[in-house]
Amino acid sequence: MSKFIRQLLPFATLTLLIAALSALEPDTFLTAENFLNVLSRSSVNGIIAMGMTAVIISGGIDLSVGSMMALAGMVGAGVMLKVGGPDAGGAAMVVGTGVGIGTGLLCGLLNGALITKLKLPPFIVTLGTMSAFRGTSYIINNSKMYDVPTYTFLGQANVLGVPVSVLILALVVLAGFFVLRYTPLGRYTYAIGSNREAAFHAGVNVDRNLIAIYGMTGLFVGLASMIQMSRTISAQPTAGISLELDIIAAVVIGGASLSGGRGTVIGTIVGTLLISFLRNGCTLLGISTNIQLVVIGAIIIGAVALDQLARSKAEAT
Amino acid sequence: MNAVQPQTAAPSGTALRMQGISKRFGPVQALCDVSFAARAGTVHALVGENGAGKSTLMKILAGVYQPDAGSVEIQGRPQTLANPAQAIEAGVSMIYQELDLAEQLTVAENIFLGAEPQGPLPWTVSHHQMAIQTRDLARQYDFDLDPATRVEDLSTGDCQIVEILKALRRNASIIVMDEPTSSLSERETVRLFEVVRQLREKGLAIIYISHRLEEIIELADEVSVLRDGQLVHSEPMAQLDIPQIVHHMVGRELNDYFPARSVEVGPTLVEVSDLSSEAGIDNVGFDVRRGEIVGMAGLVGAGRTEVARAIFGVDKKTSGRVILNGRELNIDSPSDAIASGIALLTEDRKRTGLCLELPCSYNITLPNLEQIGMGSLIKPTQEVRIAKEAGERIAVKWANPEAPTDSLSGGNQQKLLVARWLLANSTFMIFDEPTRGIDVGAKAEVYGLLNTLAQQGKAILFISSELPELFGVADRILVMRRGKLVGNLVTKETTPEQVMHLAAVEEN
Repeated sequence: MSKFIRQLLPFATLTLLIAALSALEPDTFLTAENFLNVLSRSSVNGIIAMGMTAVIISGGIDLSVGSMMALAGMVGAGVMLKVGGPDAGGAAMVVGTGVGIGTGLLCGLLNGALITKLKLPPFIVTLGTMSAFRGTSYIINNSKMYDVPTYTFLGQANVLGVPVSVLILALVVLAGFFVLRYTPLGRYTYAIGSNREAAFHAGVNVDRNLIAIYGMTGLFVGLASMIQMSRTISAQPTAGISLELDIIAAVVIGGASLSGGRGTVIGTIVGTLLISFLRNGCTLLGISTNIQLVVIGAIIIGAVALDQLARSKAEAT
Repeated sequence: MNAVQPQTAAPSGTALRMQGISKRFGPVQALCDVSFAARAGTVHALVGENGAGKSTLMKILAGVYQPDAGSVEIQGRPQTLANPAQAIEAGVSMIYQELDLAEQLTVAENIFLGAEPQGPLPWTVSHHQMAIQTRDLARQYDFDLDPATRVEDLSTGDCQIVEILKALRRNASIIVMDEPTSSLSERETVRLFEVVRQLREKGLAIIYISHRLEEIIELADEVSVLRDGQLVHSEPMAQLDIPQIVHHMVGRELNDYFPARSVEVGPTLVEVSDLSSEAGIDNVGFDVRRGEIVGMAGLVGAGRTEVARAIFGVDKKTSGRVILNGRELNIDSPSDAIASGIALLTEDRKRTGLCLELPCSYNITLPNLEQIGMGSLIKPTQEVRIAKEAGERIAVKWANPEAPTDSLSGGNQQKLLVARWLLANSTFMIFDEPTRGIDVGAKAEVYGLLNTLAQQGKAILFISSELPELFGVADRILVMRRGKLVGNLVTKETTPEQVMHLAAVEEN
């Protein structure tokens, strides 16, 4: 019962927030347009957060996602322009997108391989690759960005009135939910995070699964990077600086434990939306971004503190 | 090693008197009306099987546990040892098996931890003073230790010396040593014995816990034997010999909660030969037949768990073959072992067995997803049903299969692991200390289960530190000592004394 309440907590907070903002700003906040806008802005973070959820459930962390996003964008855009010139057409865009996503996947696999084969803590490996990926994305075009004026579909187009990015987010959330709940990979992710030794003794191939988890995260980062690139019709080597912290915050607010074994896709998406709606609401209410930062900080600490409280109560009974 | 006659040394006032100590943990009566006394200037050996209550008694002395009843007197004065600090204050120092030192600090810093001499300014520490006093202390005992060495750079034997110096610095009058030689080399052991004798000369009371009986003969002045939480015997060493000690240790009647064995033993199913591993086991070979329960005895650290780990692909083998059902297996990981039909119930279910915060059902199906046809897609409803059936077959008590694993009692957690391997339908099952930390009723159920599994034609290797259960359940008993297999005995033709002798006494 109390476990149920605990899982409901972020959900309740989100509902409360939406209700409050609807009451305060009925004309600007409570509109379909605003909601789709918020969802669309959440798409990049939400997609990456799906991968981060799996990583955190496995007891790991990925600090490199922000840099990885910049690198995937720079490689994808670079190839796109090389193939299709400044006004790249459909074929070039498809190739560039594929290469960009593939870059993310490779980066993720590299993280996984370093963590398992060198037996290093994920924090250290991804701290290192965070720096290396960032550096590489600067090197690619001499610290300059790429303009891709024609690349508008993923980030700006609508299908049936819904932004494409929101549709992709929905698909990734479904995929994340499916993987964690219905596949052995998802099950082993929980087992490894809960007790890595026990998982190993139960015949789980820990290394292979961890590589898959980090690889999947890389894949999602690549995808998010393409959406980000399309939103700004450019690839920037400075993209996603400190993005990893926002993502980790969303996952933690959603109830995942940094010590592993615990976390859900639903929780994470609620955490992501909570942050997005908070930002949106503050903007609509004319509250400065500086104050937003303070509020988000308080929510991270409050969410985890409440969770701990509920947990110790549950243990006492 | 030749047995040195114990010298009735120094003044022999009573340093420690524990009277009528009882302690209960939940359903388990760990200690029952134990009275124990140690005289100053003597080495008092405390022996007993695992779980006999030695560590509980010593933890009460160290202020870690509070007794439910009984009193403690140190140097004739009654003491309330409410916490470790009070025990240290009263003159008790413990030297645990796992040493208790801050590895990154120096020898001197460790010895003076919490009582650093003040430097020229307030809130400073005089490293100079610390070094001088450490050196003085070490010289009194002919130790050659540089006070500035970091503890992490010392050998285990030297670390122990640091522990002893720490105790002396605190003016300890009673020093408890728990299995001090278990990780020492031969030479370090000899030196430790020298030190213990010096401490005795200086009038300290040494309480010495060891499974190695030959050490006790060499060192102890008096011996007390604990069995099932009771002090069953206490006598000067001079009037005892090893067979007598062993007899007191194992002397309980075999309880009738062991199931009647009526299994037809079939053809050989498992053959292990020349098994050696990086973890230190050396050319171990044995076989297990269908329907047979083979017990494995040995002291802590004798390599029993390591045999299981080598077979199961956890530790890297350096040599050896495992043949199952006539087929030689090539096992490099637990997943290979499981696929070949081997199961291992590890001795530490919290560390290597269960994912405690996950649902019970997850733990049952974890190695079996392939087996139950969910190798690529998990069907949660069906999975829970399968887990429920597996659990109910051995009467696991749970709210429901989806309850978190840590909501179950120890015995039921153990049963979850059994349910897991039953579902895996393994043919060769290794149980490493399956009854550790569970109560008597649950133990009886485990014995019944082993019997049932044997009846189903499985081969079972049953590792245990408790001789009565080995004698109650196993058809044969293998004995390990220091990584080697030193005995392969038919249960009916041997005695607990013989097994204990093989396990504990070094042949020369």
